[in-house]
Amino acid sequence: MSEWVAVCTKGQLIPERGVAVLVREQQVALFRVTGTDEKGDPADFVYAVGHRDPFADANVIARGIVGSVGHGPEQRDTVASPMYKHVFALATGECLTDPSESLPVYRTWIAGGVVYVHPVPVSLLVA
Amino acid sequence: MSSTHPTLASNDDPSQPKRLVVVGGGMVAHRLVEALRDRDTDGLWSVDLFCEEPHAPYDRVALTSYFAGQSPEDLLLPQGFAVDASTRVHLGAPVTAIDVSARTVRVQGRDEPYDALVLATGSSAFVPPVGGADLPGTFVYRTIADVQALEAWVAERGPVATGVVVGGGLLGLEAAGALHGLGVATTVVEFADRLMPLQVDEGGGSALRRIVESMGVSVLTSTASAAVHAGTDGRVASMEFADGSTVDADVVVFATGVRPRDELARDAGLVLGERGGVVVDDGCVTVAADVYAVGEVACIQGRTWGLVGPGYTMAEVVVDRLLGGAATFPGADTSTKLKLLGVDVASFGDAFAEAPGSLEVTYADPVVGVYKKLVVSDDAKILLGGVLVGDASTYASLRPMLGAELGSDPNAWLLPDGVGARVTGELPDSANVCSCNNVTAGAIRESVSCGGCTDLAGVKACTRAGTSCGSCLPLVKTLMAGELEKAGVTMSNALCEHFEFSRAQLFDIISVTGLRTFSEIIGQHGTGRGCDICRPVIASILSSLGTGHVMDADQARLQDTNDHVMANLQKDGTYSVVPRVPAGEITPGGLIAIGRVAEDFGLYTKITGGQRIDLFGARLEQLPEIWRRLVDAGFESGHAYGKALRTVKSCVGQTWCRYGVQDSVGLAVDLELRYRGLRAPHKIKLGVSGCARECAEARGKDVGVIATDKGWNMYVGGNGGFTPRHAQLFAEDLDTATLIRTIDRFLMYYVRTADRLQRTAPWVETHEGGADAIRAVVLDDSLGICADLDAAMAAHVASYRDEWAATLADPDKLAQFVSFVNAPDAGDPDLSYVTERGQRRPATAQERGSTLIAGVKLEVRA
Ligand code: SRM
Ligand SMILES: Cc1cc2nc3c(=O)[nH]c(=O)nc-3n(C[C@H](O)[C@H](O)[C@H](O)COP(=O)(O)OP(=O)(O)OC[C@H]3O[C@@H](n4cnc5c(N)ncnc54)[C@H](O)[C@@H]3O)c2cc1C
Ligand code: SF4
Ligand code: FES
Repeated sequence: MSEWVAVCTKGQLIPERGVAVLVREQQVALFRVTGTDEKGDPADFVYAVGHRDPFADANVIARGIVGSVGHGPEQRDTVASPMYKHVFALATGECLTDPSESLPVYRTWIAGGVVYVHPVPVSLLVA
Repeated sequence: MSSTHPTLASNDDPSQPKRLVVVGGGMVAHRLVEALRDRDTDGLWSVDLFCEEPHAPYDRVALTSYFAGQSPEDLLLPQGFAVDASTRVHLGAPVTAIDVSARTVRVQGRDEPYDALVLATGSSAFVPPVGGADLPGTFVYRTIADVQALEAWVAERGPVATGVVVGGGLLGLEAAGALHGLGVATTVVEFADRLMPLQVDEGGGSALRRIVESMGVSVLTSTASAAVHAGTDGRVASMEFADGSTVDADVVVFATGVRPRDELARDAGLVLGERGGVVVDDGCVTVAADVYAVGEVACIQGRTWGLVGPGYTMAEVVVDRLLGGAATFPGADTSTKLKLLGVDVASFGDAFAEAPGSLEVTYADPVVGVYKKLVVSDDAKILLGGVLVGDASTYASLRPMLGAELGSDPNAWLLPDGVGARVTGELPDSANVCSCNNVTAGAIRESVSCGGCTDLAGVKACTRAGTSCGSCLPLVKTLMAGELEKAGVTMSNALCEHFEFSRAQLFDIISVTGLRTFSEIIGQHGTGRGCDICRPVIASILSSLGTGHVMDADQARLQDTNDHVMANLQKDGTYSVVPRVPAGEITPGGLIAIGRVAEDFGLYTKITGGQRIDLFGARLEQLPEIWRRLVDAGFESGHAYGKALRTVKSCVGQTWCRYGVQDSVGLAVDLELRYRGLRAPHKIKLGVSGCARECAEARGKDVGVIATDKGWNMYVGGNGGFTPRHAQLFAEDLDTATLIRTIDRFLMYYVRTADRLQRTAPWVETHEGGADAIRAVVLDDSLGICADLDAAMAAHVASYRDEWAATLADPDKLAQFVSFVNAPDAGDPDLSYVTERGQRRPATAQERGSTLIAGVKLEVRA
C-alpha cells in the first residue's frame, strides 16, 4: 500500500531554499515554501521536483532560487536553476522559460514533522 | 512503514459477514453505506455507522434552506438502505479513539472491533484566532445545531439586530443570505480583495459585490478582523478590524473555512497531509491496513476537497475495494454553480487562466449586474474554463465542453443577443508576431495584462518572443507599450515583476527605511515571492549595508548558489574553490598548502587570469573540509563567486623591477585587503602597475592605479570581457592616503547608485555628466555625501570577517553542505571524469556513455 519514503524532518528544510534527497535512487529536490492558506494563515508547503536540470544535464535544481511568477490567484511558485537560470513551476515542473523541457514532480507529505516523498512522479499536467 | 501491517482479519470465518465500521454520519458516509448495501448482494459485510450528531445523515449542502422553513427532518437524506441486524446506525455516538493495531474503535467506553474501518468525519468550521471569537453571540455555520442556535439568538435580539459575517467565500455568502433573510442588517467582511476569491476572478468578484450590495448587504473586502467585543451584558456588541475601525454587531458568524477532522487519525499515528486531512492513496487507503478515509477528512492526491462530489466518488471507490475491486480516485474538478442570495455564480475549469498561453474573453455589464469570462486556448478555439456571475444560464452547456472546441467565436457565448463580435482596430490577437518562436500578438498582450510583465525582458522570458533572431522586437515592444498604456502604466525601470523600482531606488528605500529582511522588504515594497533577479539584488544591497553573513536564515534564501555555498558552480554541478591571494603574492609554503589540498581532493588546478589559483571539481559536501584545510593554512575566501571585489592585480613593481617607481605590490595588497568582501552591483576588479609600462593592465580594470614619480594616477571604468573598455584618467599624482580615500568614495558611490549587473564602465557613461560629474561628487563633494560614503566604507572595513572562517565555526551553516539530506556523504552518483594532461576533467556526454574513469569515490582520496 503506502510506498511513501520518509526523507528528512521538516526542520532540515530551510524556508525557501532547496535541499536534495535520494528517493529510491532518484535525486529529488525539496523546497519548503511558506505561504498562506485559503484563510490567510501562514502555512508551509513542501514541493518536490526532479533535482536534475534537463538543460544542463547536472543535478543542481535544489540549489536554485525560489521565487514566484504572476500575481494574486495567478501566482505560481518557481525555482530558477542555478546553471542557466531556467525557471520552473514548482507545482507542475513546467519550464516557464523554455517549455521544451520539464521536471518530474513528486508528491510529498509531512506527518509528525517528518517529510515523506512518493517515489512515483506525478505525470505532468497537460497544458 | 508498510511492512508492519497485520493482514489477518479478525474474522476468518467465510460464512460470517465481516464487520465494517464507519465513523461519522455525514453525507459521504451516507452515500458509502447506501452504495455498499446496494452492491453487497452476497452479504459480505455488516455495517456499523457511528454518528456524533443526534440526527441521521442530512443534506448539509442544503443547510441554508432551514431558514426557508425546512425543518431538520426535511433536511434528512432519503434513507437509501434498510436499518437491520446487518446495518446499524448509532446516533449521538462519537468515536473517541481508534487503535489500528488492535483493530478496534472506542465508542462510549466500549472497544468495537472492525475488519475494515472508514473515517468519514468531515470537517469542522474554522474560527480564526481573534479575541472574543467565543463570546455569546458568535456562531459558525456547519451543522443543524449551528443554524438552530443562530436562529434562536437572532429571534431573541429582535428585528433591529445587526450582524457581521466574517468570510466572503461561498459559505460566508450563504450565511449572509441567511442572516439577511432573518431581517438582520448584515455586513460581510472578506480578507481578500474580492468576494469568493477561490472561485471567481477580479471582474467576477466586483460584479458579485455590486449585486450583493444592491440587495442591502454591506461588503468590506481587503479587511482583516481583529477582535469581537462584548457589551456590558457580556454578549457580542461590536466587531473591530485591523485598521482600528469597528461596526456594531449583535451577532457574528464565522465562515472562514474548514479544517478536516483528522484528530482520530492523528492520535492513531496515521499520516496527515501538509494542510491537514488523512493522507490516503488513490484507493482511499490510509497508511494503516484496512483503514480508509473518505470525504472532506481525506487528503487525496495531495489535497482535501471541500465539496461533496469528490467525496461521493471516494465513497464509491471504497465500496468497490471492499467488494474486492481495485477502483482508484480519478481526480475531480472544482466546478461549482450556486445561487447565493439569489445571484447566479458559476466557476468551472481553469477559471483563473492558469494554463500557459490561455486567453481570457470577458463581457461585463455593470448596469444589469452581469460578468462573464471564458478562458480559451491561445488559438481561441478550445474552452478551458470560465466564470459567470449574474447570469449562469450557459453554465450547463459550457461545462461539458471543457477541453473541447467551442465551434464558434467565444464572444457568441458571452454577449446578449444582438451585440456583434468585438471589433478592434489593432492587430488581431491571433496574428503571429514572432515567427521564430510562434508567438501571437494575443500572447504578448496577455503576458503584460495577465502575466504581470512590465518590461521587454519580462515579455521575452514569458513568451520567448524575440529571443531568436530578434527581428520582431520592435513590434513586440509596441504591443507591450500599448498594453501597458491600457493598464495605465508607463514604461518603467522596474527591476523585475516583483519590484517596480530600479536597484538604486531600492538601495535608497532599504537604507532609508531600515528594513533588513527580505520578507519585510517585499511585503512592503514589492509583490509575490521574488525571483532569481530581485532576490540576489536585495541580498547584495543588504550585504553592502553590512548586515550579517550570506548564509544567515533570511539572506540564505536570496543568494544564488555561488554566494550561498561560497564557491563557483561548474557545468557538472560541482564547484570551484578560489582562495584569496592578495595582489597575486604568495609564499612557497602557501603554494604547497594549496597544492596538497588539490592533490588530496583530486581537484583540477589552474592559474586564473586574476593571478590566483582555482581548484575545480569540489563536491558540495566536500567544501567545508577543503576550506578547513585552507583556513588552517592561512587562506580566506577569494569571493570569486560574489558580485564583489575580485582581485587587485599587481605587477612586481619597484621592489624588484628595475623600472618601477612605487611599491605596486604593497599598494595592491592594501587595496585588496581593504575592499575584500565588498558587495556591489557587479564584480569589481582593480589593478596597480608600478610604472607607465602597465604590466598589471590596470587600465583594463574598474579602478586602475599607475605609479608616477610623484604618487599615483587613478583611472576608472575599465574592463575586459564582452565590451572591453579602457579606464579613463580620473585624478593625477595623488598621495597614497588621498588615493585610497578617492577609491573608497568612488566604489561606495557606485555600490549605491548603479543598476543591477552594471559594471563601472557603463555606470560612468550613463551617469549624468559622466566621469566629470562623478569626480565632482567624490573629490569636491558636490552632493555633500562624502562624509556618508567615507563612513560607509569605514564600516565595511571594520566589519569584514572571512565568510569561510565564520561558516566553519557554525554547525548550523555546515549542516547545509550535504549532497543529500538523507544521505549526507553520498556523492552525486552521476558525476564522472576522464584524465587529461595529468588532471581530471568532467566526462563529455559521449564519454559518459562509454565508461572511462567513473565514480567520484574512486577518484577522491580525502
Ligand atoms: C577562472 C577565470 C578564468 C581563468 O581560468 O583564468 C574566470 C572564470 C570565470 N569568469 Fe571571468 N574568469 C577569470 C578572469 C576574468 C578576466 C581577467 C581578469 O580578471 O583580469 C576577465 C576580463 C576582465 C574583466 O572582468 O573586465 C573576465 C571576464 C568575465 C566576464 C565578463 C565581464 C564583463 O564585464 O563583460 C564574466 C561574466 C560576468 O561576470 O557576468 C566572467 C565570469 C566568469 C565565471 C564566474 C563564469 C561563471 O559564472 O561560471 C567563471 C567562473 C570562475 C570559476 O569557476 O572559478 N568573467 N574574467 C578567471 C578568474 C580570475 C580570478 O582569479 O578571480
Ligand atoms: C452551508 C453549507 C453549504 C454547502 N454548499 C455546498 C455546495 O453547494 N456544494 C458542495 O459540493 N458542497 C457544499 N458544502 C460542503 C459539503 O456539505 C461537504 O463537502 C460534505 O458535507 C462533506 O461530507 P462528509 O461526509 O465528508 O463530511 P460531513 O458532512 O461534515 O460529515 C461528517 C460527520 O462526521 C461526524 N463526526 C465527526 N467526528 C466524528 C466522530 N469522532 N465520531 C462520530 N462522528 C463524527 C460529524 O459530526 C459529521 O456529522 C456546503 C457546506 C455547508 C456547511
Ligand atoms: S609595471 Fe611592468 S614595467 Fe613597470 S615596474 Fe612593473 S613590471 Fe616593471
Ligand atoms: S521573429 Fe522573433 S526572434 Fe525571430
